[in-house]
Amino acid sequence: MVNWVVSKMAEGNGDDRNVVIEVRNLKKYFELHVGMFKFWGEPIYVKAVDGISFKLHEGEILGLVGESGCGKTTTGRLLTRLEDPTAGEVIFQGRNIATLKGKELKEYRRNVQMIFQDPYESLNPRYTVQKTVMEPLLIHGIGETYDDKVELVIKALEDAGLRPAEEYLSRFPHELSGGQRQRVAIARALVLRPKFIVADEPVSMLDVSIRAGVMNLMLDLREKYKIPYVFITHDIAVARYMSDRIAVMYLGRIVEIGETDEVIFNHVHPYTRALISAVPVPDPDHKHGRVEIKGEIPSPINLPPGCRFWPRCPYAQKGICDVKDPPLKEVSPGHFVACHFAEKFMEEEPTEKTVDVS
Amino acid sequence: MAELLKIENLSIHYKISTGWVYAVDGVSFTINRGETMGLVGESGCGKTTTGYGITQLLPSNAYIKEGSKVIFDGTDLVQLSTFPSKKFEGYRKIEEYHPEMRKFRWKRISMIFQGAMNAFNPVYKVGDQIIEAILTHENVTEEEARKRVEELYKLVGIPKDRIDNYPHEYSGGMKQRAMIAMALALNPDLIIADEPTTALDVVTQDRILGEMARLQKRENVAMILITHDVSVVAEMAHHIAVMYAGNLVEKGTAREIFKETAHPYTEALLKAFPSIKGEKKRLKAIPGSPPDLANPPKGCRFAPRCPYAKDICLEQEPPVIEISPGHVTKCHFAEELYGELGGE
Ligand SMILES: Nc1ncnc2c1ncn2[C@@H]1O[C@H](COP(=O)(O)OP(=O)(O)OP(=O)(O)O)[C@@H](O)[C@H]1O
Ligand SMILES: Nc1ncnc2c1ncn2[C@@H]1O[C@H](COP(=O)(O)OP(=O)(O)OP(=O)(O)O)[C@@H](O)[C@H]1O
Ligand code: SF4
Ligand SMILES: [Mg+2]
Ligand SMILES: [Mg+2]
Repeated sequence: MVNWVVSKMAEGNGDDRNVVIEVRNLKKYFELHVGMFKFWGEPIYVKAVDGISFKLHEGEILGLVGESGCGKTTTGRLLTRLEDPTAGEVIFQGRNIATLKGKELKEYRRNVQMIFQDPYESLNPRYTVQKTVMEPLLIHGIGETYDDKVELVIKALEDAGLRPAEEYLSRFPHELSGGQRQRVAIARALVLRPKFIVADEPVSMLDVSIRAGVMNLMLDLREKYKIPYVFITHDIAVARYMSDRIAVMYLGRIVEIGETDEVIFNHVHPYTRALISAVPVPDPDHKHGRVEIKGEIPSPINLPPGCRFWPRCPYAQKGICDVKDPPLKEVSPGHFVACHFAEKFMEEEPTEKTVDVS
Repeated sequence: MAELLKIENLSIHYKISTGWVYAVDGVSFTINRGETMGLVGESGCGKTTTGYGITQLLPSNAYIKEGSKVIFDGTDLVQLSTFPSKKFEGYRKIEEYHPEMRKFRWKRISMIFQGAMNAFNPVYKVGDQIIEAILTHENVTEEEARKRVEELYKLVGIPKDRIDNYPHEYSGGMKQRAMIAMALALNPDLIIADEPTTALDVVTQDRILGEMARLQKRENVAMILITHDVSVVAEMAHHIAVMYAGNLVEKGTAREIFKETAHPYTEALLKAFPSIKGEKKRLKAIPGSPPDLANPPKGCRFAPRCPYAKDICLEQEPPVIEISPGHVTKCHFAEELYGELGGE
């Protein structure tokens, strides 16, 4: 029941909450190296992230959803400075993180932690659980004595639901189940008491019966320590469960962002509509309303002019959508949409909306 | 409805150096013509082994236990292409490339493999691979086969000018559709689709599932849809079979499985699944993790994780109980729990 409380709070206080991190018009273009053709002509860019802005508040979970290749992971890597932006800013404690160097950068790296999709790859197979979780303490010189450090490791493991922690300390990753490995990765992220966490598809590889436990754990830890997360997932049902707010990405842009249930039930953008109507529902009585969108996601190399969704959008109008890039507009408090016809769709009957009455 | 496939007491075990992996144990179900059955369960519970066991496309260390029956349209496929193992008493070994069996594969029972995106050979054009399949099984000219592929492409929604492209020139969704075209190419009676959309984005998944449902209805093919995603089977299947640790623990209509759940594992599985519909409820994690099938627990294989387990569950394998006509469950306390489980 935890995150509902926070989201209620959030509604009331709007933007007054403490902003932990602010992203302003962030861009990341990857230059493609196409062999010798580079000598001629223009370099070719993949516009992985192309001008996104959002704020992450204290204790908040922001879900980042969208189809493969829309720029979710790149956004996460920019936030944690695993990647430097092409343009735009990530503001943390009043500073643009791109300007941080040396000690300050190290301090930042301590304050932000990332949890990855694949617990098999993100843990060093030759490290015991204790060594894995203790490593960040050694890097950042936390805990005075060795015993202090062990104590912090044990605390983090127990927080991550590995109890009794002593039993896990000397195990290697291959001696753990998938869910336990992801818990070790969470313990490793938590041990530094970060100011925020970027979790990139942290439960996507886990089996259903184990996934729920890891998701509940992350919600409980947020409740306990008020650490905010950016929670990246392609699974919208998972995003709904985890997030207070959801941002929907399409081809490097945020096309809609708002309170979770606002985005799930009162979405406005045609892409969000299509995306959500495509989500299968675990209920055989559910009537599936299909919104047809045409074709496939274009490559982020040749972006369409105007609204980048127009070639697939059933509502696109020639002369408008294929010409002008729609800005993110606030359609109701805290709910932003990037579509030329957002106001019109707002007024419309929520035909395709998956409002449930049962 | 006419019965197409009847599986009785199917057990498939893998021989490994340290013993056996009891991957599929005593599975029984039937499928009627034109019907979709969803086979759900978590990773490693034996879904793929069950599915491939039907056409016996199994690794060479797979053995089928004596007494297993896979009766497809009147023929027992187990008797057809296996012989008693000389090494392991009570087991049958699969004869590879059995000529009789090959008549069933593809022609009457086709398959969409798990990870089908990589099922096409990268060095040949996609269309040629489907044409080849038609030519090997049917007495037609190359021209006729090509025509058929054009029709199939139209059916699955790929422009026909893509027939002569190579696999790497297709997107993931297109490869998946081409795989469906391939599965339909020889007008089979049954398609075994193993996680056909698992690697795809929701929008593509939605389209492909929609297409599969439409085609299946039109061509009146039966389908076994293997997936770990209960929401996919809720959408697609008439009947659902739930597997846990090599056992089929519950089978019934989609409604029965979701609304009149009769097995604790099914209940746990449903409660662990988030939905975009309805109120947001706290998900229930299932404690522990699935057992190692080389060493399955005694008694009910779910007992160590089951909130309703009593002493008998840890000792005795539960019987299969028909709780209502066609709705079966493998639980000692099915009768007591029926009506209490699953409650929404
Ligand atoms: N280092 C790189 N060089 C070139 N292109 C890249 C690089 N990293 C990412 N891209 C491209 O940027 C786009 C966004 O990729 P990103 O990994 O952020 O997507 P995603 O939303 O996380 O996708 P997924 O759901 O598949 O993980 C993609 O088109 C990807 O191919
Ligand atoms: N060739 C093999 N030798 C030994 N064990 C095997 C072999 N193939 C599969 N297994 C084991 O048999 C069990 C069932 O495997 P199977 O592939 O049927 O599961 P599944 O339900 O399809 O899983 P997934 O959802 O991961 O595809 C697993 O425990 C697996 O490790
Ligand atoms: S701006 Fe136009 S093309 Fe883009 S989503 Fe809105 S209606 Fe569709
Ligand atoms: Mg990613
Ligand atoms: Mg499988």
